[in-house]
Amino acid sequence: MLRYVLQRLLMMIPTLLVISALVFVIIQLPPGDYLESHIAELESQGESVDHEKIAFLRHHYGLDKPVYQQYFYWLIGMLQGDFGYSFEYDLPVTEVVGDRLILTVLVSVFTIIFTWLIAFPIGIYSATHQYSWGDYGLTLLGFIGLATPNFLLALVMLYLANIWFGTSIGGLMDPQYIDQPWSWDKFVSVLEHLWIPVVVIGTSGTAGMIRRLRANLLDELQKQYVVTGRAKGLPPFKLLTKYPLRMALNFFIADIGSILPTVISGAEVTAVVLSLPTTGPMLLGALQSQDMYLAGSFLMFLATLTVIGVLISDLALAALDPRIRLQSGNS
Amino acid sequence: MNEQGKPGAVGAHYVSDAPFDPRSIEALSPDQERYYLASQWRLMWWKLKRHRLAVICAFVLLTMYASTLFSEFLAPYNLHTRKSSFIYAPPQRMHVFHDGEFVGPFVYGFDSRLNMENFQRVYTDNTNKVQKLRFFCRGDGYKFWGLFESDVHLVCPAESGTLFLLGTDRLGRDMLSRIIYGTRISLTIGLIGIIISFAMGLVIGGLAGYYGGIVDHVVQRVIEILRSFPELPLWMALSAVLPVNWSPVLVFFGITVILAMLDWTGLARAVRSKLLALREEDYCVAAQLMGAKPRRIIARHLLPGFFSHLVATATLSIPSMILGETALSFLGLGLRPPVTSWGVLLNEAQNISVVALYPWLMLPVAPVIVVILAFNFFGDGLRDAADPYK
Repeated sequence: MLRYVLQRLLMMIPTLLVISALVFVIIQLPPGDYLESHIAELESQGESVDHEKIAFLRHHYGLDKPVYQQYFYWLIGMLQGDFGYSFEYDLPVTEVVGDRLILTVLVSVFTIIFTWLIAFPIGIYSATHQYSWGDYGLTLLGFIGLATPNFLLALVMLYLANIWFGTSIGGLMDPQYIDQPWSWDKFVSVLEHLWIPVVVIGTSGTAGMIRRLRANLLDELQKQYVVTGRAKGLPPFKLLTKYPLRMALNFFIADIGSILPTVISGAEVTAVVLSLPTTGPMLLGALQSQDMYLAGSFLMFLATLTVIGVLISDLALAALDPRIRLQSGNS
Repeated sequence: MNEQGKPGAVGAHYVSDAPFDPRSIEALSPDQERYYLASQWRLMWWKLKRHRLAVICAFVLLTMYASTLFSEFLAPYNLHTRKSSFIYAPPQRMHVFHDGEFVGPFVYGFDSRLNMENFQRVYTDNTNKVQKLRFFCRGDGYKFWGLFESDVHLVCPAESGTLFLLGTDRLGRDMLSRIIYGTRISLTIGLIGIIISFAMGLVIGGLAGYYGGIVDHVVQRVIEILRSFPELPLWMALSAVLPVNWSPVLVFFGITVILAMLDWTGLARAVRSKLLALREEDYCVAAQLMGAKPRRIIARHLLPGFFSHLVATATLSIPSMILGETALSFLGLGLRPPVTSWGVLLNEAQNISVVALYPWLMLPVAPVIVVILAFNFFGDGLRDAADPYK
């Protein structure tokens, strides 16, 4: 097991390196460097340019060096917790980002928990009641959930809330807690607001997971040992939970790897619509104003979040399924 | 059982005089023969036909794609026709009877006045203005397929009347017409995108699956990394990088390529795993021994074996592209206004206070959901049918 964990951790390093290179290429793509466009913008607005500061930044971030050296500066800076400089906010990225990363993690984690809580019972019900009305109804509902893009769902929900309750359901906390330090009350307020984005972002993942759980469990239920168990007179509930469900559970854990990118993607756009104080709106703003260090660190953060999520699901799977840890231990 | 059936009873022994054909049991009925001799594609078609929902969805999709050929004719107005005196007009209801009398399809004309409190225009139906719809009529002129001039529309408003079945937007442009024109862009971006990603998936997956070893290893890693990246933020970043001075057409192709560049991984995986399984087959070894080149073996012997499966997989990944474009344009990072897609239309519905006042701006959501659902059901049916021997 220890060997498998180490192996998985080591495999993460090249993945993250390639991702960082990819992100760096993307933030390098716009013509000119950030400082040039920043200076041009300041001058066009008639503001004075602090040349000393510009020169300092240029030197500090190695913008006067060749591209590959810039990449290493950026990479090493990130490892030391320096994510670059946001030119739009005129602050280091770490100070701009603030709570947003925590809130993004919070939304993602809750969405996945929500997905599991909903998908698990429904998937089991659908599989054990195959071709019943309940199964058909839930399948149809699942398809609609799968097909509705979550930012559109968010839009529709915003509209309905506006019509029915006359309030805006956007945001992640009551206004008085914005920009306040974390406290218990603030946390409760966040939890109260959290369910809407969680439901909106979770629908498509839930629908997909229900379908896959149903298919997996059905495969398992058609196997001989289930027939044997039933012939022996095993009570139905025990027959379901003893083996087939445990087999289907493996995939359930593994599936986090495939829903996590979807959840994070969905969370970004939904956050823009619902104006959540997560990374989404700020990433969009950074991309639109080509504030590339900020955008780059957000991209890097989201990718890292996904990679870590997949890692956790792999490790959980290995803990659960001896075949996986033995197989990779040998090879 | 009768008397004769009793043990020991002597009964008449029945003997058939008909000539006996020992192979009769193996002979195929015409139905069976038809089935066994049918080509793979024919079998797929039979199986698909039985999937009622998939057929309906295929029909819906075909209709929508066909409509993109005749958008100019189907839409009552042109894409950019502005009726400046009907800004944010609500949808007009279609009526058939007026004062208990049959007049055929018509709409009531609008009376508009300005609400002086919030400066919102208020439109009310004026039941005196009966505006009968005209069919196959002359309206806004357009250049059909960019080739010849025409001004014939399927349906137009009455002379000097209006016809806004789905309302108008902030410039007084008819939403229905814009949705019909938007179909063209939204649907083709999925098709062009899938062609690019299909080609990429085939080539890359094919190389990885056929050669195996180091090539396979590298491709696997690349796919893994691309897949571990949340799609949408990456799309957002790439499309934000597109130069601002590009023409709308160039942006259109840029977005398509960006969508395709991240989408090929699923197809490449499918190709690879199928190839890995099939290249061990005897007929493949035989072809190798006869000296066939890898390209020939892949294209001639291996591809036909799982091409149908690939088509199904590709169908299932079109919706994610359409959604990607819609999301990007919705956020303002995708296509830009002279080009009109559903996402561009939805961009106007981004502000909730506008949507609360003019809910019909959200209507482009409907075709998006219909198309995505149709592609999903159709792709599902196709995937089931792709393995006709099951």
